[in-house]
Amino acid sequence: MADVIKKATRESYGEALRDFAQEYKELVVLDADLAAATKTGIFKKAYPERFFDCGIAEANMMGVAAGLAACGKIPFASTFAMFAAGRAYEIVRNSIGYPHLNVKIGATHAGISVGEDGATHQCNEDIALMRTIPGMTIINPCDDIEARAAVKAALDFNGPVYMRFGRLAVPVINDRETYKFELGKGVVLREGTDVTVVATGLMVNEAVEAAKVLESEGISVQVVNIHTIKPIDKELITECAEKTGLIVTAEEHSVIGGLGSAVAETVTERNPVPVVKIGVNDEYGHSGPAVDLLKEFGLSAENIVRTIKDAMKLKK
Amino acid sequence: MDASLKKNLQKIACKVRMGVIEGTYNAKSGHPGGSLSICDTLTYLYYIKMNVDGANPDDPARDRLVLSKGHTAPALYSVLAQKGYFDEIELKSLRHIGAILQGHPCIHIPGIDMSSGSLGQGISAACGMALAGKLDGKSYNVYAILGDGEIEEGQVWEAAMFAAHYGLSNLTAIVDNNGLQIDGAINEVCSPEPITDKFAAFGWHVITMDAHDFDDIDRAFTEASAVTDKPVAIIQKSVKGKGVSFMENKVDWHGKAPNAQEYSQAMSELEAQLKELEG
Repeated sequence: MADVIKKATRESYGEALRDFAQEYKELVVLDADLAAATKTGIFKKAYPERFFDCGIAEANMMGVAAGLAACGKIPFASTFAMFAAGRAYEIVRNSIGYPHLNVKIGATHAGISVGEDGATHQCNEDIALMRTIPGMTIINPCDDIEARAAVKAALDFNGPVYMRFGRLAVPVINDRETYKFELGKGVVLREGTDVTVVATGLMVNEAVEAAKVLESEGISVQVVNIHTIKPIDKELITECAEKTGLIVTAEEHSVIGGLGSAVAETVTERNPVPVVKIGVNDEYGHSGPAVDLLKEFGLSAENIVRTIKDAMKLKK
Repeated sequence: MDASLKKNLQKIACKVRMGVIEGTYNAKSGHPGGSLSICDTLTYLYYIKMNVDGANPDDPARDRLVLSKGHTAPALYSVLAQKGYFDEIELKSLRHIGAILQGHPCIHIPGIDMSSGSLGQGISAACGMALAGKLDGKSYNVYAILGDGEIEEGQVWEAAMFAAHYGLSNLTAIVDNNGLQIDGAINEVCSPEPITDKFAAFGWHVITMDAHDFDDIDRAFTEASAVTDKPVAIIQKSVKGKGVSFMENKVDWHGKAPNAQEYSQAMSELEAQLKELEG
């Protein structure tokens, strides 16, 4: 796999903002002193008159975004996931969610793969927080191509959208020519019959790799990429539950309240089958290189393989 | 200000106050004290200062108002009803199930420019509206009304910094300085004073105003309009519960509705004031 191209989705975010700015005249970008890290600096360089640094003041940034949207702008409020979903939660809820304003939140540095900065900056709770806000759309793209498409989809959608991007460069797994993004629709990347892995974000690639390994061992794995966590594709998840009778979820997020919870909620309502969750197990991260942390916290193809082998015993 | 115009505004403000009493009485809850302290300012804004039209509440060119101290919605609803945004009868079902008038301002109510009520947030939204106006080269102005207790919220100062940094001269923040918040006098709870110095230090043009004197209100807003390089903060000295004798300067009336007897007394006081103005 030496020829695999890797790119951080935060970089895709910054580039997409720049590239769509010409077509979408109302697009403006806000940041909270992290433009170099969130990559909105790419946009700032091209469109300085449409970029507004709010300083280290995320609460106000979200409120300003709400006011801009109330006057017809499409603001992209950008900061780390910890501050977007965490610090500014109540402003997002009351000033953006409740009036259902057309604000896009670009939350970068999500999850454990923040790496060396450690636990204070590794946000594994943002999906859970954002899912509780009525009317909030949540997108967690898996690679460069999907991240770019997510920005376009957010621009074409009227309402608040939370987009989750990563710091770590991850493999580009989608095909640039044929890829189509449909908001709210999961993507079957691999057909299988014994178990479905429902993955999101950087875990999608790990799920595909795990499926290859398991296939060689005689286990047929269906792999589904859920880029839109809310509203979640209930139809597809129900189909997978019926088809394979076992689901394993994989996300770079707490096992509480994220993709795994959303899938389990769907499955228990419609067609109960075992749902085993892979994610961060209700604990804080710590400092270290991102790739090592992902392994340590079980966010790897190896752990998906192990978990599926164990989970197969749960099948009726 | 012309004497007949002034009298007319006083009459309208008196009716707005009656709406506050009507609304909170029928709701059996709500915040009459801080509503009554902003009635004159709201009347002036909606009848003299702001470019608004009750028949066309979504006009993109209109001036905007964000009631950052959203708990005093009864005053805003009352003035909007007077201006014809919705029927006055709606005030009687304020806070009721199925009513359009929510306990705090909601953007879906005709004439409400922003949902608000979680303190400290409205001023940020007002900054965003003012910034959008600047970006689009539009001439509308944005007004935000804050409580003096509300400015204890840190977000207010994030917004204050932002507004000055981006030169939002089309933004006017009005701080309703009635000196009282739920737990008592603002200086005893956790003092936000000195308010004028703080806004000045944050780069705002600061004006002080008597919130119950239309001549002074007119002077203050006229001065505000002449400022072209920075946001304006009007610190209005007001009386919590203004216009109803037993509510004036009483912190107890921050968040309590009048009972039947108190309702009657308040209404008869306001009716007497109106009669005197009309006589």
